[in-house]
Amino acid sequence: MSSELTRLTAVELAEKIHSREVSAVEVARAHLDRIAEVDGQVHAFLHVAEDAALASATLVDESLAVGTPPASPLAGVPLALKDVFTTIDMPTTAGSKILEGWRPPYDATVAARLRAAGITILGKTNMDEFAMGSSTEHSAYGTTHNPWDLARVPGGSGGGSAAALAAYEAPLAIGTDTGGSIRQPAAFTGTVGVKPTYGGVSRYGLIACASSLDQGGPCARTVLDAALLHEVIGGYDPLDSTSIDAPVPSVVAAVREGARGDLSGLRVGIVRELGGEGYQPGVRASFEQATAQLEKLGAELVEVSCPHFEYGLAAYYLILPSEVSSNLARFDAMRYGLRVPGAGSAEEVMAATREAGFGAEVKRRIILGTYALSSGYYDAYYGQAQKVRTLISRDFAAAFSQADVLVSPATPTTAFPIGDKIDDPLAMYLNDLATIPTNLAGTAALSVPSGLAADDSVVGLPVGLQIMAPALGEAVMYRVAAAYEASRPFPSAPEVSP
Amino acid sequence: MVADTGGITRDEVAHLARLARLAVTDAELDVFAGQLDVILGAVARVGEVAADDIPPTSHAVPLENVFRPDELRPCLTQEQALAGAPAAEDGRFRVPQILGEEQ
Repeated sequence: MSSELTRLTAVELAEKIHSREVSAVEVARAHLDRIAEVDGQVHAFLHVAEDAALASATLVDESLAVGTPPASPLAGVPLALKDVFTTIDMPTTAGSKILEGWRPPYDATVAARLRAAGITILGKTNMDEFAMGSSTEHSAYGTTHNPWDLARVPGGSGGGSAAALAAYEAPLAIGTDTGGSIRQPAAFTGTVGVKPTYGGVSRYGLIACASSLDQGGPCARTVLDAALLHEVIGGYDPLDSTSIDAPVPSVVAAVREGARGDLSGLRVGIVRELGGEGYQPGVRASFEQATAQLEKLGAELVEVSCPHFEYGLAAYYLILPSEVSSNLARFDAMRYGLRVPGAGSAEEVMAATREAGFGAEVKRRIILGTYALSSGYYDAYYGQAQKVRTLISRDFAAAFSQADVLVSPATPTTAFPIGDKIDDPLAMYLNDLATIPTNLAGTAALSVPSGLAADDSVVGLPVGLQIMAPALGEAVMYRVAAAYEASRPFPSAPEVSP
Repeated sequence: MVADTGGITRDEVAHLARLARLAVTDAELDVFAGQLDVILGAVARVGEVAADDIPPTSHAVPLENVFRPDELRPCLTQEQALAGAPAAEDGRFRVPQILGEEQ
């Protein structure tokens, strides 16, 4: 019974819990057992909050028992939370040694909304340190393994959340996407990952990587589950100064409409600059099948050109480190987190602590950002990158005047072997080629499984279809994803055996 | 506006690390200098775009000042704020000596 429960979608679980066919506690227990069974191999979780999860599920059951309507459509459903959101009852590390053992004094808005919705938080998931990376290999707490092939990375930075879904350790997860950290792991693990419009989900209590790019979002195994979670976590938050004061797009209704499988009248733009050279043949083949499928569903395919996208990666790796170098200055060994003991001055303690507490990738990006912001280089690097950002936004605006959504492969390759790119930062950065433009423009995008590429593995590895929409245009993006998903059943990940 | 890609030296990386309060080791300096040189060579591509008349974007959403009434609202207690401190004393953060002997 317990193993069967972990195979169900969030919607199916909610239905059983709310009709009291099974209890929220049984559902939580089944997932905790599954974690105990397989996480030794997958390592999706940094912290499992067994007692808190069971206590939260008990409250849901008690409330349903006295006839109170469920607090949300997902009440009682378990979830894996990326360890970059502060939680008052669980440690929060952001994958870094500098925050080892830290207990935040407050909940992130996302965590508070999950609790208010009656969602069971199972624990905190692994990630590249401070969300800098594309593989989880930059976590200070070890690498997460891809359930499709344990010798491969699950993507990053949110590899823990994506792997938890693919390994049936949780039906729902939360990630954050600064340059692709939700979408790339979704693509690598055959799951659904959504990067909402910038400002659509509160950043309060989300430990900052690059503040102008960071965005929390839902992860799930189905488009409908992601949409339900999106509506729980989305919406205006006065505690986040960049939160958009507008209603959450009606994404659940859009999914139900999309699932009927009719996309007639919809224009789907194929971005000429994303998907050619540098993309693995199996990824390209899967993408071609996906666009053909969208056409069969009634969509009109149009080719669009976004000529400045090719400069997106370069602009991103100037803007992001610049913001990182400023944001991570807060880890100063004075108020919270690690302090390396020593008899020196505050400045010496600070330098020794940051040296001991930060990993190589974080240090590289801090140094790079410090360089890009230094006088004499500012105009040529950071200033010019900001202009490229304007041009990319203009490219999107022009493309969205010709198409309702844009599509591309979510990633240039499928999941790569652990260790393959760890010594070559630039090769690692290329993972985000197709996802970065969306972050720079603040628009919305998702990755939905589009099939398997057999290039590099006998079973084949998952490929993601990226669907991009204008700011606050989530509804149309979800509609297309749901139509596509309904027409192209996707295989389950091979069993991770205990 | 093409950036000078003359490369970044080991000494420059050491200087930047000091500015960023990172006590990097000699071994790290050797590795980082080479890696950062490669990365800078790649990101310098932003200079290829002729953009003299293009306004910079710092933020995808236009930011405005957000005001709220100047009223007391719940916030962390002193105890909560100090709970994660490496050292605290008398309700304050205890920090190492900030000024050197000669200052």
